[in-house]
Amino acid sequence: MTTLAPTGRLRGRTTPRRADVVFRSGTRVFGGAVIATLGVVAAVLVVSSVPAWTRFGVDLITQTTWDPVRDVYGALPFIVGTLYASAIALLLATPIGILTAIFLSEFAPRRVAIPLSFTIELLAAIPSVVIGLWGVFVLSPFLRDTVDAWLVATLGWLPFFRGPSYGVGLGAAGVILAIMILPTIVSISREVLSSVPNSQREAMFGLGATRWEVAIKAVLPYARSGVIGAVILGLGRALGETMAVTMVIGNGQDIPVSVFDQAQTIASKIAVTFNEASGGLQTQSLVAIGLILLVMTLLLNVAARLLVSRVQQGPAQ
Amino acid sequence: MSATPGTLAGSRAPFAERLAAVRGSRRRTMDRVMRTVALAAAVVCVIPLAAILLFVVIKGAAALNLDLLTKPPKALGTGGGALNAILGSLQMVALAALVAVPVGVLGGIYVSEFASRRSARAVRFGADVLAGVPSILIGIVAYTLLVLPFKQFNAAAGSVALALIMVPVIVRTTEEMLRLVPRELREAGYALGVPTWRVVLSVVLPAGRTGVLTGVMLAVARAAGETAPLLFTALGSRLVNVGEFGQPMDALPLFIYNGARQPITALNEQAWGAALLLLLFVLGVNVAVRARSWGRRAG
Repeated sequence: MTTLAPTGRLRGRTTPRRADVVFRSGTRVFGGAVIATLGVVAAVLVVSSVPAWTRFGVDLITQTTWDPVRDVYGALPFIVGTLYASAIALLLATPIGILTAIFLSEFAPRRVAIPLSFTIELLAAIPSVVIGLWGVFVLSPFLRDTVDAWLVATLGWLPFFRGPSYGVGLGAAGVILAIMILPTIVSISREVLSSVPNSQREAMFGLGATRWEVAIKAVLPYARSGVIGAVILGLGRALGETMAVTMVIGNGQDIPVSVFDQAQTIASKIAVTFNEASGGLQTQSLVAIGLILLVMTLLLNVAARLLVSRVQQGPAQ
Repeated sequence: MSATPGTLAGSRAPFAERLAAVRGSRRRTMDRVMRTVALAAAVVCVIPLAAILLFVVIKGAAALNLDLLTKPPKALGTGGGALNAILGSLQMVALAALVAVPVGVLGGIYVSEFASRRSARAVRFGADVLAGVPSILIGIVAYTLLVLPFKQFNAAAGSVALALIMVPVIVRTTEEMLRLVPRELREAGYALGVPTWRVVLSVVLPAGRTGVLTGVMLAVARAAGETAPLLFTALGSRLVNVGEFGQPMDALPLFIYNGARQPITALNEQAWGAALLLLLFVLGVNVAVRARSWGRRAG
């Protein structure tokens, strides 16, 4: 709503009251605190991980041995695990999420679309640890006995589907992550699609297009960058998600190859090991991979916000 | 030798036209198929929610009893309840709200009432980015600043970590809700010669009260379900801790996590019971708060 310009300009008097000056600068402190907090988060992670970076340098990212006994730390398996689990999640959640968003914004009547969007957004409110609990005791055994068993039997000759599956592992983590990022992808894509002007649809209908063609050839291309932004936001959430993943990914220390391998993501490795770490080089190395995670999620978030706001402000290029 | 008029007309129609007719029906089939696929995708989105709710309710209800609500845990897997976790969650979330609500609301007031367009965008952006920081990293930061110096895991550090999760949510909703307050209300205040700070606090804020409260409640629900920021701060505890924020404290999410990790059936069952409690609170708040705003949007 741009009509409601900053109302501070409405002050009638030319010399502001002292109380007003105090109040305004007071609120500014708190507004600034939000930005300062980000700075503090980054600063703490950088400062506490300096010893690890100076000791290992790039080896921290490129080496595969994480050994507290020898005090040598290379985090490549966890970085790969993070990317692998997130990739599975995106592969599952992107098509389903975008199709659902199209259904909600283009096909469903309002009385269906509104309660349905509401329900899907509720999924995002479920605490991660509760989803993890369900993942360990319900989803993993179910996957092991059905989908995993079938995949091993039919595609097991591929290294990516080499069995056996224990239920817990990368695949389960990927499915859990897909469930957790679906609401993000759906609700933001739906908003972006709904903000496409009706003239775009009418023009296409005028040419005799079906509703599906309108959605795919007129609406989706117009909203493309926003939908990509929604997917990237989902990816950002997947990379940093901790508890549910920790509970279902098992505990693997090697670079995962098969989707049934047990693994660790950066976040789950930190969750599981941080309190056991002695406070020395191991803790500093954990903070260092936390910093990598921070940089990845920040970049993705910033990129996604820019893409989403571009669609909502005007036509995409 | 009389063919039906239909086929006759069909066979006489120009080739291009007949092709168009076939294509048209193919396009229509495609349309119908893809719309069904889209509907199916929407159904798939709802299945996990239904499955999670179903299992938490069934398994949780089986584990729910008076002991769970009123007793602390006994020695590993021999009964007792989650009183330590329930009281811990209440206290830590309350303290977190005590910190986060003033910071978030005043920050939101700054963005909506005073900030220039550029600083408004900066704070909004900062809040969005802060909300995207993985909560486990917030835990590391709280650990470094509030646990390490005292060499003692403590509930206060947990509360601060939860507050950091709540602030961006409150800032954003407060700002959005205050911007919806009609300009005329402010003008009426100024016309009476009321100072700005009083216009904001006694006119604008009360007018946007419901919306601001919505944001606060959603933030509280979110904080109540967070586990990762508490792992290295409040740590969890098997003892009932009331008011000792310098000591470790349990919380429902920690109770669930620890209960699920042990290979002890009784503890797993308690975890389901605690999950039901947590879910009732979190979803209860979300449904109550969102149903209102959705009803308004629909109406």
